[in-house]
Amino acid sequence: MAYSDKVVDHYNNPRNVGTLDKSSEDVGTGLVGAPECGDVMRLQIKVNPETQVIEDAKFKTFGCGSAIASSSLATEWVKGKTVDEALSISNTDIVKELALPPVKIHCSVLAEDAIRAAIGDWKKKNSVETEAATPAAAAH
Amino acid sequence: MSTVAATVAAPKGVKLPIYMDNHATTPLDPRVLEAMMPYFTTIFGNAASRNHSFGWEAEQAVENAREQVAKLIGATAKEIIFTSGATESNNLAIKGIAEMYRERGNHIITQVTEHKATLDTCKKLEKQGYRVTYLPVKADGLIDIEDLKRALDDKTILVSIMYANNEIGVVQPIEEIGKLCHEKGVLFHSDGVQAVGKIPVNVIKDNIDVLSLSGHKIYGPKGVGALYVRRRNPRVQISEQINGGGHERGMRSGTLNVPGIVGLGKACEIAGQEMEEESKRLSSLRDHLRQKFESALDYVHVNGNMEHHLPGNLNMSFVYVEGESLLMGINDIAVSSGSACTSATLEPSYVLKALGLGDDVAHSSIRFGLGRFNTIEEVDYVADKLIDVVQKLRELSPLYEMVKEGIDLSKIEWAAH
Repeated sequence: MAYSDKVVDHYNNPRNVGTLDKSSEDVGTGLVGAPECGDVMRLQIKVNPETQVIEDAKFKTFGCGSAIASSSLATEWVKGKTVDEALSISNTDIVKELALPPVKIHCSVLAEDAIRAAIGDWKKKNSVETEAATPAAAAH
Repeated sequence: MSTVAATVAAPKGVKLPIYMDNHATTPLDPRVLEAMMPYFTTIFGNAASRNHSFGWEAEQAVENAREQVAKLIGATAKEIIFTSGATESNNLAIKGIAEMYRERGNHIITQVTEHKATLDTCKKLEKQGYRVTYLPVKADGLIDIEDLKRALDDKTILVSIMYANNEIGVVQPIEEIGKLCHEKGVLFHSDGVQAVGKIPVNVIKDNIDVLSLSGHKIYGPKGVGALYVRRRNPRVQISEQINGGGHERGMRSGTLNVPGIVGLGKACEIAGQEMEEESKRLSSLRDHLRQKFESALDYVHVNGNMEHHLPGNLNMSFVYVEGESLLMGINDIAVSSGSACTSATLEPSYVLKALGLGDDVAHSSIRFGLGRFNTIEEVDYVADKLIDVVQKLRELSPLYEMVKEGIDLSKIEWAAH
Protein backbone atom coordinates (compact mmCIF):
# COMPACT_ATOMS: atom_id res chain seq x y z
CA MET A 1 0.00 0.00 0.00
CA ALA A 2 1.08 3.55 -0.57
CA TYR A 3 1.80 5.68 2.47
CA SER A 4 1.33 9.43 2.58
CA ASP A 5 4.47 11.55 2.70
CA LYS A 6 3.65 12.55 6.27
CA VAL A 7 3.39 8.93 7.43
CA VAL A 8 6.70 8.16 5.75
CA ASP A 9 8.29 11.21 7.37
CA HIS A 10 7.15 10.24 10.87
CA TYR A 11 8.20 6.64 10.25
CA ASN A 12 11.66 7.65 9.05
CA ASN A 13 12.14 10.35 11.67
CA PRO A 14 9.88 9.54 14.59
CA ARG A 15 9.56 12.48 17.01
CA ASN A 16 9.93 12.10 20.75
CA VAL A 17 10.88 8.43 20.93
CA GLY A 18 11.76 7.33 24.41
CA THR A 19 10.80 6.61 27.95
CA LEU A 20 9.92 8.84 30.91
CA ASP A 21 10.12 7.64 34.49
CA LYS A 22 6.67 6.19 34.97
CA SER A 23 7.00 6.21 38.76
CA SER A 24 7.44 9.99 38.77
CA GLU A 25 4.47 11.98 40.13
CA ASP A 26 4.37 14.36 37.19
CA VAL A 27 4.48 11.63 34.52
CA GLY A 28 1.36 10.01 33.07
CA THR A 29 1.68 6.76 31.11
CA GLY A 30 -0.82 5.35 28.64
CA LEU A 31 -0.32 1.82 27.31
CA VAL A 32 -2.97 0.84 24.80
CA GLY A 33 -3.56 -1.85 22.18
CA ALA A 34 -2.50 -5.47 22.34
CA PRO A 35 0.37 -7.44 20.82
CA GLU A 36 -1.99 -9.96 19.20
CA CYS A 37 -3.75 -7.13 17.37
CA GLY A 38 -0.42 -6.00 15.98
CA ASP A 39 -0.46 -2.59 17.69
CA VAL A 40 0.77 -1.49 21.09
CA MET A 41 1.33 2.19 21.86
CA ARG A 42 2.90 3.64 24.95
CA LEU A 43 2.56 7.39 25.29
CA GLN A 44 3.96 9.28 28.25
CA ILE A 45 3.49 12.89 29.28
CA LYS A 46 5.33 15.05 31.79
CA VAL A 47 2.99 17.63 33.24
CA ASN A 48 3.83 20.87 35.05
CA PRO A 49 1.87 20.60 38.31
CA GLU A 50 1.35 24.36 38.51
CA THR A 51 0.14 25.12 35.01
CA GLN A 52 -1.03 21.61 33.96
CA VAL A 53 0.92 22.18 30.74
CA ILE A 54 2.40 19.07 29.10
CA GLU A 55 6.07 19.94 29.03
CA ASP A 56 7.38 16.75 27.53
CA ALA A 57 5.98 13.71 25.75
CA LYS A 58 7.56 10.43 24.69
CA PHE A 59 6.30 7.38 22.89
CA LYS A 60 7.20 3.88 21.84
CA THR A 61 5.03 1.92 19.44
CA PHE A 62 4.89 -1.64 18.20
CA GLY A 63 2.79 -1.50 15.06
CA CYS A 64 2.61 -0.65 11.39
CA GLY A 65 3.97 2.57 9.90
CA SER A 66 0.63 4.34 10.35
CA ALA A 67 0.55 3.39 14.04
CA ILE A 68 4.08 4.72 14.52
CA ALA A 69 3.22 7.93 12.68
CA SER A 70 -0.04 8.42 14.63
CA SER A 71 1.70 8.14 17.98
CA SER A 72 4.67 10.24 16.88
CA LEU A 73 2.26 12.97 15.76
CA ALA A 74 0.32 12.68 19.02
CA THR A 75 3.45 13.45 21.05
CA GLU A 76 4.11 16.51 18.90
CA TRP A 77 0.57 17.77 19.33
CA VAL A 78 0.23 17.30 23.09
CA LYS A 79 3.47 19.08 23.90
CA GLY A 80 2.82 22.63 25.09
CA LYS A 81 -0.89 22.01 25.57
CA THR A 82 -2.62 21.86 28.92
CA VAL A 83 -4.03 18.44 29.77
CA ASP A 84 -7.54 19.67 29.08
CA GLU A 85 -6.52 21.08 25.71
CA ALA A 86 -4.81 17.79 24.87
CA LEU A 87 -8.02 15.91 25.57
CA SER A 88 -9.64 17.75 22.69
CA ILE A 89 -7.34 16.07 20.15
CA SER A 90 -9.48 13.60 18.26
CA ASN A 91 -8.60 10.70 16.04
CA THR A 92 -10.20 12.42 13.06
CA ASP A 93 -7.63 15.23 13.35
CA ILE A 94 -4.89 12.59 13.14
CA VAL A 95 -6.56 10.88 10.16
CA LYS A 96 -6.73 14.21 8.36
CA GLU A 97 -3.17 15.28 9.14
CA LEU A 98 -1.62 11.94 8.10
CA ALA A 99 -4.09 11.21 5.26
CA LEU A 100 -4.74 7.74 6.66
CA PRO A 101 -6.77 5.37 4.50
CA PRO A 102 -9.92 3.74 6.01
CA VAL A 103 -8.07 0.51 6.85
CA LYS A 104 -5.69 2.52 9.08
CA ILE A 105 -8.23 4.56 11.00
CA HIS A 106 -7.84 2.24 13.99
CA CYS A 107 -4.24 3.52 14.33
CA SER A 108 -5.53 7.04 14.90
CA VAL A 109 -8.14 5.79 17.37
CA LEU A 110 -5.40 4.05 19.28
CA ALA A 111 -3.32 7.26 19.39
CA GLU A 112 -6.30 9.18 20.78
CA ASP A 113 -6.79 6.43 23.34
CA ALA A 114 -3.11 6.65 24.27
CA ILE A 115 -3.38 10.40 24.92
CA ARG A 116 -6.48 9.87 27.07
CA ALA A 117 -4.90 6.99 28.95
CA ALA A 118 -1.73 8.97 29.70
CA ILE A 119 -3.72 11.96 30.93
CA GLY A 120 -6.01 9.66 32.91
CA ASP A 121 -2.99 8.10 34.59
CA TRP A 122 -1.54 11.49 35.46
CA LYS A 123 -4.87 12.71 36.85
CA LYS A 124 -5.26 9.59 38.94
CA LYS A 125 -1.78 10.02 40.37
CA ASN A 126 -2.42 13.65 41.17
CA SER A 127 -6.07 13.26 42.22
CA VAL A 128 -7.23 15.71 39.59
CA GLU A 129 -10.95 15.44 38.86
CA THR A 130 -12.45 16.22 35.48
CA GLU A 131 -15.22 14.54 33.50
CA ALA A 132 -13.01 13.51 30.59
CA ALA A 133 -10.44 11.74 32.71
CA THR A 134 -11.58 8.21 32.03
CA PRO A 135 -9.49 6.63 29.34
CA ALA A 136 -11.54 5.43 26.40
CA ALA A 137 -11.56 1.72 25.79
CA ALA A 138 -8.97 0.77 23.26
CA ALA A 139 -11.44 -0.39 20.65
CA HIS A 140 -9.84 -0.35 17.27
CA MET B 1 16.62 10.92 18.12
CA SER B 2 16.25 7.60 16.42
CA THR B 3 15.88 7.34 12.70
CA VAL B 4 14.36 4.32 11.06
CA ALA B 5 15.45 5.33 7.57
CA ALA B 6 18.03 2.69 6.78
CA THR B 7 21.66 3.61 6.65
CA VAL B 8 22.85 0.41 4.99
CA ALA B 9 23.87 1.11 1.40
CA ALA B 10 23.69 -1.38 -1.44
CA PRO B 11 27.09 -2.71 -2.45
CA LYS B 12 28.39 -2.27 -5.97
CA GLY B 13 26.74 -4.56 -8.47
CA VAL B 14 23.54 -5.00 -6.47
CA LYS B 15 20.63 -3.56 -8.39
CA LEU B 16 17.68 -2.27 -6.40
CA PRO B 17 14.93 -3.19 -5.77
CA ILE B 18 15.81 -6.78 -4.93
CA TYR B 19 13.23 -9.46 -5.63
CA MET B 20 13.18 -12.11 -2.90
CA ASP B 21 9.56 -13.21 -3.06
CA ASN B 22 9.91 -16.20 -5.34
CA HIS B 23 7.05 -18.14 -3.71
CA ALA B 24 4.63 -15.52 -4.99
CA THR B 25 5.94 -15.66 -8.51
CA THR B 26 9.23 -15.96 -10.36
CA PRO B 27 10.65 -13.96 -13.24
CA LEU B 28 10.57 -15.65 -16.62
CA ASP B 29 13.85 -17.35 -17.43
CA PRO B 30 15.22 -15.73 -20.62
CA ARG B 31 15.66 -19.23 -22.09
CA VAL B 32 11.94 -19.83 -21.57
CA LEU B 33 11.03 -16.57 -23.24
CA GLU B 34 13.21 -17.46 -26.20
CA ALA B 35 11.45 -20.80 -26.59
CA MET B 36 8.03 -19.11 -26.43
CA MET B 37 8.62 -16.25 -28.84
CA PRO B 38 7.95 -17.97 -32.18
CA TYR B 39 4.59 -19.24 -30.92
CA PHE B 40 3.18 -15.74 -30.56
CA THR B 41 3.82 -14.76 -34.15
CA THR B 42 4.99 -17.22 -36.77
CA ILE B 43 3.74 -20.50 -35.30
CA PHE B 44 0.40 -19.15 -34.14
CA GLY B 45 -1.86 -22.03 -35.15
CA ASN B 46 -4.63 -23.56 -33.08
CA ALA B 47 -3.36 -26.87 -31.77
CA ALA B 48 -6.82 -28.32 -32.43
CA SER B 49 -6.71 -27.47 -36.16
CA ARG B 50 -6.20 -30.89 -37.66
CA ASN B 51 -6.33 -30.01 -41.34
CA HIS B 52 -3.36 -27.71 -41.94
CA SER B 53 0.28 -27.29 -41.07
CA PHE B 54 -0.32 -24.29 -38.78
CA GLY B 55 -2.34 -26.53 -36.51
CA TRP B 56 0.06 -29.46 -36.79
CA GLU B 57 3.04 -27.35 -35.80
CA ALA B 58 1.22 -25.95 -32.78
CA GLU B 59 0.08 -29.41 -31.79
CA GLN B 60 3.61 -30.74 -32.08
CA ALA B 61 4.87 -27.98 -29.80
CA VAL B 62 2.16 -28.79 -27.26
CA GLU B 63 2.97 -32.50 -27.33
CA ASN B 64 6.65 -31.74 -26.88
CA ALA B 65 5.82 -29.62 -23.83
CA ARG B 66 3.61 -32.40 -22.48
CA GLU B 67 6.62 -34.71 -22.64
CA GLN B 68 8.80 -32.15 -20.87
CA VAL B 69 6.31 -31.68 -18.04
CA ALA B 70 5.73 -35.43 -17.68
CA LYS B 71 9.45 -36.14 -17.55
CA LEU B 72 10.02 -33.75 -14.66
CA ILE B 73 7.48 -35.55 -12.45
CA GLY B 74 7.98 -39.12 -13.58
CA ALA B 75 4.70 -39.33 -15.49
CA THR B 76 3.78 -40.15 -19.08
CA ALA B 77 2.76 -37.43 -21.52
CA LYS B 78 -0.81 -38.69 -21.80
CA GLU B 79 -1.29 -38.07 -18.10
CA ILE B 80 -0.74 -34.31 -18.38
CA ILE B 81 -3.68 -31.91 -18.78
CA PHE B 82 -2.88 -28.27 -19.46
CA THR B 83 -4.81 -25.65 -17.51
CA SER B 84 -4.69 -21.91 -16.86
CA GLY B 85 -2.70 -22.37 -13.65
CA ALA B 86 -2.62 -24.21 -10.38
CA THR B 87 -5.79 -22.63 -8.99
CA GLU B 88 -7.67 -24.13 -11.90
CA SER B 89 -5.77 -27.41 -11.52
CA ASN B 90 -6.74 -27.66 -7.85
CA ASN B 91 -10.36 -26.82 -8.62
CA LEU B 92 -10.48 -29.35 -11.45
CA ALA B 93 -8.84 -32.07 -9.37
CA ILE B 94 -10.93 -31.71 -6.24
CA LYS B 95 -14.31 -30.84 -7.78
CA GLY B 96 -13.74 -33.23 -10.67
CA ILE B 97 -12.99 -36.17 -8.37
CA ALA B 98 -15.71 -35.27 -5.88
CA GLU B 99 -18.28 -35.23 -8.66
CA MET B 100 -17.03 -38.35 -10.42
CA TYR B 101 -16.80 -40.50 -7.30
CA ARG B 102 -19.92 -39.15 -5.54
CA GLU B 103 -21.60 -42.54 -5.52
CA ARG B 104 -18.63 -44.11 -3.78
CA GLY B 105 -18.53 -41.57 -0.97
CA ASN B 106 -18.68 -37.94 0.03
CA HIS B 107 -15.75 -37.54 2.39
CA ILE B 108 -12.66 -35.48 1.54
CA ILE B 109 -9.59 -35.00 3.73
CA THR B 110 -7.30 -32.01 3.46
CA GLN B 111 -5.33 -29.93 5.97
CA VAL B 112 -5.45 -26.46 7.45
CA THR B 113 -2.37 -24.87 5.85
CA GLU B 114 -3.40 -25.60 2.26
CA HIS B 115 -3.54 -22.78 -0.24
CA LYS B 116 -6.90 -21.02 -0.52
CA ALA B 117 -7.41 -22.62 -3.93
CA THR B 118 -7.82 -25.93 -2.10
CA LEU B 119 -9.51 -24.68 1.08
CA ASP B 120 -12.12 -22.57 -0.69
CA THR B 121 -12.84 -25.37 -3.16
CA CYS B 122 -13.41 -27.74 -0.25
CA LYS B 123 -15.64 -25.20 1.49
CA LYS B 124 -17.77 -24.93 -1.61
CA LEU B 125 -18.10 -28.71 -1.75
CA GLU B 126 -19.21 -28.74 1.89
CA LYS B 127 -22.13 -26.55 0.88
CA GLN B 128 -23.01 -29.17 -1.71
CA GLY B 129 -23.24 -31.95 0.84
CA TYR B 130 -19.67 -33.21 0.96
CA ARG B 131 -17.99 -33.80 4.30
CA VAL B 132 -14.50 -32.34 4.64
CA THR B 133 -11.94 -33.08 7.35
CA TYR B 134 -9.30 -30.40 7.81
CA LEU B 135 -6.33 -32.07 9.48
CA PRO B 136 -4.34 -29.93 11.92
CA VAL B 137 -0.58 -29.52 11.57
CA LYS B 138 2.04 -29.97 14.24
CA ALA B 139 4.08 -27.01 15.52
CA ASP B 140 6.61 -27.69 12.76
CA GLY B 141 3.96 -27.42 10.03
CA LEU B 142 3.82 -31.11 9.11
CA ILE B 143 0.71 -33.24 9.39
CA ASP B 144 0.65 -36.23 11.69
CA ILE B 145 0.16 -39.43 9.68
CA GLU B 146 -1.76 -40.90 12.62
CA ASP B 147 -4.30 -38.07 12.30
CA LEU B 148 -4.73 -38.98 8.65
CA LYS B 149 -5.19 -42.67 9.50
CA ARG B 150 -7.89 -41.81 11.99
CA ALA B 151 -9.67 -39.47 9.59
CA LEU B 152 -9.96 -42.02 6.77
CA ASP B 153 -13.31 -43.81 6.71
CA ASP B 154 -15.35 -45.89 4.27
CA LYS B 155 -16.84 -42.78 2.71
CA THR B 156 -13.47 -41.12 2.02
CA ILE B 157 -12.91 -40.64 -1.71
CA LEU B 158 -10.07 -38.13 -1.78
CA VAL B 159 -7.12 -36.91 0.24
CA SER B 160 -5.65 -33.56 -0.85
CA ILE B 161 -2.39 -32.55 0.83
CA MET B 162 0.01 -29.99 -0.61
CA TYR B 163 3.55 -31.12 -1.36
CA ALA B 164 5.27 -28.05 0.08
CA ASN B 165 3.83 -25.04 1.82
CA ASN B 166 3.99 -21.63 0.16
CA GLU B 167 4.55 -19.67 3.37
CA ILE B 168 6.74 -21.79 5.60
CA GLY B 169 8.27 -24.07 2.96
CA VAL B 170 7.77 -27.33 4.82
CA VAL B 171 7.61 -30.49 2.73
CA GLN B 172 4.90 -32.93 3.82
CA PRO B 173 5.56 -36.70 4.07
CA ILE B 174 4.01 -37.19 0.63
CA GLU B 175 5.30 -40.69 -0.10
CA GLU B 176 3.89 -41.97 3.17
CA ILE B 177 0.56 -40.22 2.68
CA GLY B 178 0.27 -41.61 -0.83
CA LYS B 179 1.10 -45.11 0.34
CA LEU B 180 -1.59 -44.95 3.00
CA CYS B 181 -4.14 -43.67 0.49
CA HIS B 182 -3.34 -46.46 -1.94
CA GLU B 183 -3.67 -49.08 0.78
CA LYS B 184 -7.12 -47.72 1.59
CA GLY B 185 -8.16 -47.32 -2.04
CA VAL B 186 -8.53 -43.57 -1.67
CA LEU B 187 -7.35 -41.15 -4.35
CA PHE B 188 -4.50 -38.80 -3.47
CA HIS B 189 -4.23 -35.30 -4.90
CA SER B 190 -1.29 -33.05 -4.12
CA ASP B 191 -0.87 -29.35 -4.82
CA GLY B 192 2.70 -29.43 -6.06
CA VAL B 193 3.02 -25.76 -6.99
CA GLN B 194 5.90 -24.93 -4.66
CA ALA B 195 7.65 -28.29 -4.91
CA VAL B 196 7.74 -29.20 -8.60
CA GLY B 197 10.96 -28.01 -10.17
CA LYS B 198 12.48 -27.21 -6.78
CA ILE B 199 12.82 -30.65 -5.21
CA PRO B 200 12.53 -34.12 -6.77
CA VAL B 201 8.88 -35.00 -7.34
CA ASN B 202 8.02 -38.40 -8.77
CA VAL B 203 4.37 -39.35 -8.97
CA ILE B 204 5.14 -43.08 -9.02
CA LYS B 205 7.51 -43.11 -6.07
CA ASP B 206 5.33 -40.63 -4.19
CA ASN B 207 2.10 -42.56 -4.86
CA ILE B 208 0.39 -39.43 -6.18
CA ASP B 209 -2.74 -39.87 -8.28
CA VAL B 210 -3.37 -36.25 -9.21
CA LEU B 211 -0.84 -33.42 -9.03
CA SER B 212 -1.26 -29.67 -9.64
CA LEU B 213 1.57 -27.53 -10.92
CA SER B 214 2.06 -24.01 -12.23
CA GLY B 215 4.31 -22.30 -14.79
CA HIS B 216 5.08 -19.02 -13.08
CA LYS B 217 6.52 -20.54 -9.91
CA ILE B 218 9.27 -22.24 -11.90
CA TYR B 219 10.50 -19.35 -14.08
CA GLY B 220 7.83 -20.03 -16.68
CA PRO B 221 4.95 -17.80 -17.76
CA LYS B 222 1.84 -16.88 -15.79
CA GLY B 223 -1.54 -18.14 -16.90
CA VAL B 224 -0.49 -21.71 -17.57
CA GLY B 225 -0.38 -24.77 -15.37
CA ALA B 226 -0.97 -28.47 -15.55
CA LEU B 227 -2.71 -31.31 -13.83
CA TYR B 228 -1.23 -34.77 -13.76
CA VAL B 229 -4.00 -37.37 -13.83
CA ARG B 230 -2.86 -40.96 -13.30
CA ARG B 231 -3.92 -43.43 -16.01
CA ARG B 232 -2.84 -46.72 -14.46
CA ASN B 233 -3.03 -48.27 -10.99
CA PRO B 234 -5.49 -46.71 -10.49
CA ARG B 235 -6.93 -45.04 -13.57
CA VAL B 236 -8.28 -41.76 -12.24
CA GLN B 237 -11.39 -40.27 -13.75
CA ILE B 238 -12.20 -36.62 -13.44
CA SER B 239 -15.45 -34.91 -14.21
CA GLU B 240 -14.75 -31.90 -16.45
CA GLN B 241 -15.46 -28.47 -15.01
CA ILE B 242 -15.24 -26.48 -18.25
CA ASN B 243 -17.35 -27.68 -21.15
CA GLY B 244 -16.65 -27.01 -24.78
CA GLY B 245 -14.64 -28.45 -27.62
CA GLY B 246 -13.44 -31.49 -25.73
CA HIS B 247 -9.78 -30.50 -25.59
CA GLU B 248 -7.37 -32.28 -23.24
CA ARG B 249 -9.17 -35.61 -23.50
CA GLY B 250 -12.43 -33.91 -22.59
CA MET B 251 -11.16 -32.93 -19.17
CA ARG B 252 -10.47 -29.29 -19.95
CA SER B 253 -12.04 -27.64 -22.96
CA GLY B 254 -10.70 -24.41 -24.40
CA THR B 255 -8.20 -23.53 -27.10
CA LEU B 256 -4.75 -24.34 -25.82
CA ASN B 257 -2.44 -21.51 -24.76
CA VAL B 258 0.34 -22.69 -27.05
CA PRO B 259 3.05 -20.12 -26.19
CA GLY B 260 2.31 -20.55 -22.48
CA ILE B 261 2.41 -24.33 -22.74
CA VAL B 262 5.69 -24.19 -24.66
CA GLY B 263 7.04 -21.97 -21.88
CA LEU B 264 5.85 -24.31 -19.15
CA GLY B 265 7.49 -27.23 -20.96
CA LYS B 266 10.78 -25.39 -21.35
CA ALA B 267 10.68 -24.28 -17.69
CA CYS B 268 10.21 -27.90 -16.64
CA GLU B 269 13.07 -29.04 -18.84
CA ILE B 270 15.45 -26.46 -17.35
CA ALA B 271 14.30 -27.26 -13.80
CA GLY B 272 14.97 -30.94 -14.38
CA GLN B 273 18.48 -30.24 -15.62
CA GLU B 274 19.46 -27.68 -12.99
CA MET B 275 17.49 -28.63 -9.90
CA GLU B 276 20.24 -30.52 -8.16
CA GLU B 277 22.79 -27.74 -8.40
CA GLU B 278 20.28 -24.96 -7.91
CA SER B 279 18.80 -26.44 -4.76
CA LYS B 280 22.26 -26.77 -3.22
CA ARG B 281 23.04 -23.16 -4.03
CA LEU B 282 19.71 -21.89 -2.70
CA SER B 283 19.93 -23.91 0.53
CA SER B 284 23.35 -22.47 1.20
CA LEU B 285 22.15 -18.90 0.52
CA ARG B 286 19.14 -19.52 2.75
CA ASP B 287 21.31 -20.88 5.58
CA HIS B 288 23.63 -17.91 5.21
CA LEU B 289 20.71 -15.50 5.54
CA ARG B 290 19.41 -17.31 8.60
CA GLN B 291 22.82 -17.37 10.27
CA LYS B 292 23.28 -13.65 9.76
CA PHE B 293 19.96 -12.93 11.46
CA GLU B 294 20.58 -15.33 14.31
CA SER B 295 24.03 -14.00 15.07
CA ALA B 296 23.04 -10.31 14.97
CA LEU B 297 19.62 -10.34 16.65
CA ASP B 298 17.96 -11.76 19.74
CA TYR B 299 14.35 -12.95 19.76
CA VAL B 300 14.33 -14.29 16.20
CA HIS B 301 13.15 -17.74 15.27
CA VAL B 302 12.49 -19.87 12.24
CA ASN B 303 8.99 -21.06 11.45
CA GLY B 304 8.45 -24.57 10.11
CA ASN B 305 10.42 -27.79 10.10
CA MET B 306 13.86 -27.00 8.63
CA GLU B 307 14.76 -30.59 7.84
CA HIS B 308 11.86 -31.20 5.47
CA HIS B 309 12.06 -27.87 3.76
CA LEU B 310 12.22 -26.17 0.38
CA PRO B 311 15.73 -24.96 -0.48
CA GLY B 312 14.79 -21.31 -1.15
CA ASN B 313 12.39 -20.70 1.72
CA LEU B 314 13.04 -18.96 4.99
CA ASN B 315 10.22 -17.81 7.25
CA MET B 316 11.41 -15.94 10.30
CA SER B 317 9.77 -14.13 13.16
CA PHE B 318 11.45 -10.95 14.35
CA VAL B 319 9.61 -10.79 17.62
CA TYR B 320 8.52 -7.41 19.06
CA VAL B 321 8.66 -5.78 15.64
CA GLU B 322 5.50 -5.59 13.56
CA GLY B 323 5.88 -7.05 10.08
CA GLU B 324 4.36 -4.26 8.07
CA SER B 325 6.51 -1.61 9.70
CA LEU B 326 9.49 -3.83 8.96
CA LEU B 327 8.55 -4.06 5.29
CA MET B 328 8.19 -0.29 5.18
CA GLY B 329 11.78 0.05 6.32
CA ILE B 330 13.07 -2.28 3.62
CA ASN B 331 11.06 -0.93 0.72
CA ASP B 332 13.81 -1.67 -1.78
CA ILE B 333 13.48 -5.39 -0.99
CA ALA B 334 10.49 -7.47 -2.06
CA VAL B 335 9.57 -10.06 0.57
CA SER B 336 6.29 -11.04 2.23
CA SER B 337 4.95 -10.51 5.72
CA GLY B 338 2.86 -12.79 7.89
CA SER B 339 1.19 -9.67 9.13
CA ALA B 340 -2.02 -8.84 7.36
CA CYS B 341 -2.27 -5.36 8.76
CA THR B 342 -3.37 -4.06 5.38
CA SER B 343 -6.10 -6.64 4.92
CA ALA B 344 -9.66 -5.80 5.83
CA THR B 345 -9.76 -8.43 8.57
CA LEU B 346 -6.46 -7.41 10.20
CA GLU B 347 -5.91 -11.11 10.77
CA PRO B 348 -2.37 -12.46 10.54
CA SER B 349 -1.41 -15.47 8.43
CA TYR B 350 -3.64 -18.51 9.01
CA VAL B 351 -0.68 -20.74 8.20
CA LEU B 352 1.46 -19.33 10.99
CA LYS B 353 -1.48 -19.44 13.39
CA ALA B 354 -2.00 -23.11 12.54
CA LEU B 355 1.52 -23.77 13.88
CA GLY B 356 0.33 -22.46 17.22
CA LEU B 357 2.14 -19.13 16.90
CA GLY B 358 0.52 -16.30 18.80
CA ASP B 359 -0.94 -13.50 16.72
CA ASP B 360 1.79 -11.20 18.01
CA VAL B 361 4.54 -13.46 16.66
CA ALA B 362 2.66 -14.06 13.41
CA HIS B 363 2.48 -10.29 12.94
CA SER B 364 6.28 -10.23 13.23
CA SER B 365 7.06 -12.78 10.53
CA ILE B 366 8.75 -12.33 7.20
CA ARG B 367 8.89 -14.83 4.34
CA PHE B 368 12.03 -14.79 2.22
CA GLY B 369 11.73 -16.60 -1.09
CA LEU B 370 15.12 -17.09 -2.68
CA GLY B 371 15.24 -17.95 -6.34
CA ARG B 372 17.35 -18.71 -9.38
CA PHE B 373 18.45 -15.12 -9.92
CA ASN B 374 19.35 -14.12 -6.36
CA THR B 375 23.05 -13.66 -5.58
CA ILE B 376 25.12 -13.89 -2.42
CA GLU B 377 25.67 -10.10 -2.61
CA GLU B 378 21.91 -9.59 -2.56
CA VAL B 379 21.52 -11.93 0.39
CA ASP B 380 24.18 -10.03 2.33
CA TYR B 381 22.53 -6.71 1.59
CA VAL B 382 19.06 -7.99 2.55
CA ALA B 383 20.41 -9.39 5.81
CA ASP B 384 22.35 -6.25 6.74
CA LYS B 385 19.50 -3.93 5.91
CA LEU B 386 16.90 -6.02 7.71
CA ILE B 387 19.05 -6.29 10.81
CA ASP B 388 19.51 -2.51 10.79
CA VAL B 389 15.77 -1.85 10.52
CA VAL B 390 14.85 -4.47 13.13
CA GLN B 391 17.27 -2.89 15.58
CA LYS B 392 15.86 0.57 14.95
CA LEU B 393 12.25 -0.56 15.24
CA ARG B 394 13.05 -2.35 18.46
CA GLU B 395 14.28 0.95 19.87
CA LEU B 396 10.77 2.11 19.10
CA SER B 397 9.07 -1.00 20.46
CA PRO B 398 7.53 -0.79 23.93
CA LEU B 399 7.30 -4.58 23.94
CA TYR B 400 11.02 -5.06 23.37
CA GLU B 401 11.79 -2.59 26.14
CA MET B 402 9.44 -4.34 28.54
CA VAL B 403 10.86 -7.77 27.77
CA LYS B 404 14.38 -6.46 28.22
CA GLU B 405 13.29 -5.16 31.64
CA GLY B 406 12.14 -8.64 32.52
CA ILE B 407 8.41 -8.00 32.25
CA ASP B 408 6.32 -11.01 31.22
CA LEU B 409 4.10 -9.70 28.42
CA SER B 410 1.62 -12.53 28.87
CA LYS B 411 0.87 -11.28 32.38
CA ILE B 412 -0.23 -7.87 31.17
CA GLU B 413 -3.93 -7.26 30.75
CA TRP B 414 -4.05 -5.82 27.28
CA ALA B 415 -7.08 -3.83 26.21
CA ALA B 416 -9.36 -6.12 24.24
CA HIS B 417 -9.40 -5.76 20.49
